[in-house]
Amino acid sequence: MSEKLIFEHSAPGRSATAQYPEVAAEAAIPEALRRRTPPALPEVSELQAVRHYTRLSQLNFSIDTHFYPLGSCTMKYNPRACNAYAMLPGFLQRHPLAPESTGQGVMQCLWELQEMLKAVTGMRGVSLTPMAGAQGEFAGVAMIRAYHRARGDDTRREIIVPDAAHGTNPATATMCGCSVREIPSLPDGDIDLDALRAQLGPQTAGIMLTNPSTLGVFERRIREVADIVHKAGGLLYYDGANLNAILGKVRPGDMGFDVIHMNLHKTFSTPHGGGGPGSGAVGVSERLLPYLPVPVVGREGERFRWLDERDLPQTIGRLSAFAGNTGVLLRAYVYMRMLGREGMHRVSGFAVLNSNYLMARLRKAGFEPAYPGRRASHEFILTLRREAREFGATAMDFAKRLLDYGYHAPTTYFPLLVPECLLIEPTETEARAELDGFVEAMSAIRQEAQTEPDKLKGAPYTLPVRRLDDVRAARQLDLAWRAA
Amino acid sequence: MPFIPHTANDIREMLAVIGVPDIDALFDEIPRELRCEVLESIPAGLTEMEVGRLMEERATRDGRRLNFIGAGAYEHHIPAAIWAIVARGEFYSAYTPYQAEASQGTLQLLYEFQSMMTSLTGMQASNASLYDGASAVAEACLMAVRANRRSKSARILVPAALNPVYRAVLASITGNQDVSVEVLPYDARGGHLSTAALEKYRGEDVTALVIQQPNFFGTLEDVDALTDLAHAEGMLVIAVVNPTSLAVLKPPGEWGSKGVDIVCGEGQPLGVPLSSGGPYFGFMTTRMEHVRQMPGRIVGRTVDLDGKPGYTLTLQAREQHIRRSKATSNICTNQGLLVTAATIYLALLGAKGLAQVANASIERTAQLVAALTRIRGVHAVFDRPRFNEAVLQLDRPVAPVLEALTARGIVGGYDLAPHYPALGCALLVCATETRTAADIDAYARALAEVLDEAAAA
Repeated sequence: MSEKLIFEHSAPGRSATAQYPEVAAEAAIPEALRRRTPPALPEVSELQAVRHYTRLSQLNFSIDTHFYPLGSCTMKYNPRACNAYAMLPGFLQRHPLAPESTGQGVMQCLWELQEMLKAVTGMRGVSLTPMAGAQGEFAGVAMIRAYHRARGDDTRREIIVPDAAHGTNPATATMCGCSVREIPSLPDGDIDLDALRAQLGPQTAGIMLTNPSTLGVFERRIREVADIVHKAGGLLYYDGANLNAILGKVRPGDMGFDVIHMNLHKTFSTPHGGGGPGSGAVGVSERLLPYLPVPVVGREGERFRWLDERDLPQTIGRLSAFAGNTGVLLRAYVYMRMLGREGMHRVSGFAVLNSNYLMARLRKAGFEPAYPGRRASHEFILTLRREAREFGATAMDFAKRLLDYGYHAPTTYFPLLVPECLLIEPTETEARAELDGFVEAMSAIRQEAQTEPDKLKGAPYTLPVRRLDDVRAARQLDLAWRAA
Repeated sequence: MPFIPHTANDIREMLAVIGVPDIDALFDEIPRELRCEVLESIPAGLTEMEVGRLMEERATRDGRRLNFIGAGAYEHHIPAAIWAIVARGEFYSAYTPYQAEASQGTLQLLYEFQSMMTSLTGMQASNASLYDGASAVAEACLMAVRANRRSKSARILVPAALNPVYRAVLASITGNQDVSVEVLPYDARGGHLSTAALEKYRGEDVTALVIQQPNFFGTLEDVDALTDLAHAEGMLVIAVVNPTSLAVLKPPGEWGSKGVDIVCGEGQPLGVPLSSGGPYFGFMTTRMEHVRQMPGRIVGRTVDLDGKPGYTLTLQAREQHIRRSKATSNICTNQGLLVTAATIYLALLGAKGLAQVANASIERTAQLVAALTRIRGVHAVFDRPRFNEAVLQLDRPVAPVLEALTARGIVGGYDLAPHYPALGCALLVCATETRTAADIDAYARALAEVLDEAAAA
C-alpha cells in the first residue's frame, strides 16, 4: 500500500475553482515587490485532493484504529464530543482580538478550566497560555528564575534533574539560561537522596521531577525531597507528563511542588494530532503567582476579562501571539465537564489497574519488569535484556514486530538507564481483551525470536513500508519535492 | 463510567490476577497523608447532551459579527473538505510519527507540506512547523544566533512595525539567553522601515535583522534594499511573512541579491479558523547550509529495506530527546493537525487559487479604505502600497468607537493606541476575500453613524 505525492497527481491547468474568490483585476503591486514565477503547488481537482489525503490517513496507526501503549504519552481515547463542541461556529469564527464583550462564552469556559485545573493539582494559580508541554516547562523554569531574581538571588542558575528525566527538562533549563546537574536513581527507582543533598547549594535554582517518575514508580519520599530542596533555597518543578497516574488521588501541590505543567493532550484527552497541537497549562503555588505568563482569564462579578502585564507586572511575559491553543483548551474543558469530579478519580484508578494487570500478565508470561518489587503506576517498564542476550532480539525488534500484530509499539529505549526497555502505558480507556491480545502478541514474538530470529530483524512486513534507512535520510537529505 | 470499558467482572478478575483486593490497594505506595479525598470544587459529571447544550449556549452568546480585524490572524474561506479530512481519527488521534512505518500518512503529508512551504518562500528546507507565528519569530532569532558564526554579539534588530505581540514573545523567550533586541523606528510617512534607520549600525557587529512583509501596518517594505544592506554588514536576514501574500509578493528567497537566510511566520491564514486565538501553527524555512541549526521536526524521504521510498523524521540529533541540554530548542511537537489543514488548503487552492485570494484581499482592502476615508474625520495614515491591512486615523479615541460598532454587529478593527501612542487615534483595519461590497458598505454606514453620534454628543 502506498500513495503517490500530491504533486504527482498534478496536471497543468487543472484546478478546484469552487474554492477561488472572484477578483476584478490583478492587484496593483509595485513591480519590484511582485512575484515572478508562481510557487510549485499542486494543480488537482477537489476529489483528487480528498482522495489523496484520505488515503494518506489510512497509512497511519491511530488511537481510533489501534491499541497504542506508548509509555509516557497517555494515548487514551479522544472523545468526539470534545472536538464537536470546541468547533462550534461561535467559537471558531471569533477573532482573538475582538472586544472582550464578544467573547464572554469562551472566556467563561477558560476561566472554569483554570479553576478545575487548580482543584485537581492543588495549585493556587493557573495560566493556560503555554502551547505545548515543552512551553509549559519553559514557563515553569522561567518563573523559577524570575522568583530568584526578584529576591536578588540571581546566582541560582542550576537545575537538578534525575537521570531518567525527559530530554525536554535539560533542554528547557538551557533555554532559560540555566545549567543542568543530573542525579542518579536508586535500584528501586526512587531518587538517591544523598546524591541530591550533595548537589544542592546556593547555586540551586530548583529541581525538575515527574512523579510517578519516568521509571513508572511513585517517588515515595517526595515530601522529604521537597523539604530538602526548599531548605536549600530551591523550588520544585513538577513535569505533568505522568499526571494520569494520580489524578484525583494525590495532588502535586500537596506534595510540595511550586510549579507544574500539565499536558492537556495526555491527561485531559485532547488529540495528539500526529504531533500537535499540544497544550501545556501551568499551575503555581502562592510564591510564584506574580510571575504567571499572561494573559490569564480573570473574573469580576459576572464579567470575564483578560489579565495582562498591567495586572501582573512581574509576569514572565507572553508565550504566544494570543492566548495559547484556545481550541485545545475548549476540548479539555468539555472532557473535564463530562468526567466531573468522580470521573477524575476513575481516570487514575483504571489507568493504574490496566497497567498493573498488564504487568502482572506479562510477568507471568515470562517477561521481566524492570522494577519487580514495585507497584506499576499508569505505566511500567519491561527490560528485554534476557531476550537480547539469549536470542539476539532487541527491544526495537519487538517494537517493530508488534506493528505486524496490529499494536503500536511501546516507547523504546526510554528511559535511557534501563537496558533494552519498553515503556508500556495502556491507559484507562482500553478494554481487558485488548490487553490480553497484547500479551499474546508479545509471547508469540518471543516464540519467533527463539525459532526464527531473522524474522524479527526484518519486521515489520505488513505495513506500508518496511524498516526505513534513517542513516541515508540524514546523509542524503531529501526534505522537499522538486519538479523534475 | 464515561470512556471506561471495564465490567464488574473484568475488575474482579483483573484484581485477582494482580493479587490485590481492590483498586485502592494499587495506590499503597503513595503516603497516606498525601492522599486527597474528594475534589469538591469540580462539578459533577454531565452527559454529552448536557455539555453540548452548555457549549451551544456559550458559543451562541459569542455570536457572529462582521469582522474587520487582522493584526496577525486572518479570516479566509476554509474549504469544507479540509476539516472533514483533518477530523478523521487516523490524523486526529495519531501520535508524533516516531514509529515511521506506522505513520507514513502523517510523514508523507509533512513532506508535502515542507515542499509547499519551501516553494512558497523560495527557500530550500522547511521544518514540519512550530507553535505559532510569534514563537516562530523567537525561534528564528535564536537560530540566527547559532547560525551566524561570524557575529559574536547576539544582537538582533527588529522593526517597530513588527507585530508588537511578536516582539513581546521574543522578549519572553530570549530573555534568559543573553540576546539583545533593539527596535528600529518606522518611517512616519510610509510606515515602513527605511534603510536610513539601518545606517547607524554600519560597521557594528549585529547578528540579524528581522523584516516583516507586509509589516504590522499592512505596509509593504522595501525588502530588496533592506536585505542587501543587512547582508553587506554581515547580518543574517529573517523574513516574517504572511503565507497568503507570497502567492503574489516576491518570495524571501529572492529578496535582494542573495535572498534571506531564515523565513518564518504565522500559518493560520492557510485553512485554520480564527478560533478565538488558536491553535494555529508557525512555519520556518531556511537555506540548506543552516538546516542543522533549524529547530523543530524535519521529515526526510528515504528508502526502506526493499528499496521502496518512504518518509521518516530526520536530523534528530538536533533535538531534545537525543541532544538534551545541547538541543537547538526544547520543542518536541509541531502543530501536526493544523499543518494537515494547511497542506490540504494549499493543494485545493493551488498557486492560482492562492493568488486570487491574495489579489481579492488587496482589492477589498483598497475598497474598504476608500469607503471609510470618505467619512468625515477618517484618514488613511501611510502612503505606501499595502497588502490586506491599513492604518486609519479617527478624529476621536478608537476604543469607544469599536465598542459602539460591536453593538451594531461589526468588529471594526484593532486599536493601535496601546502599542503605538505616537500614531494618535489609529485603527488597524483588514479585509480579505470574505468581505463583500455589501459588508464594506455596512461597515462604512455604521462607522459614519457612530462618529456622527459621538460628534453630536
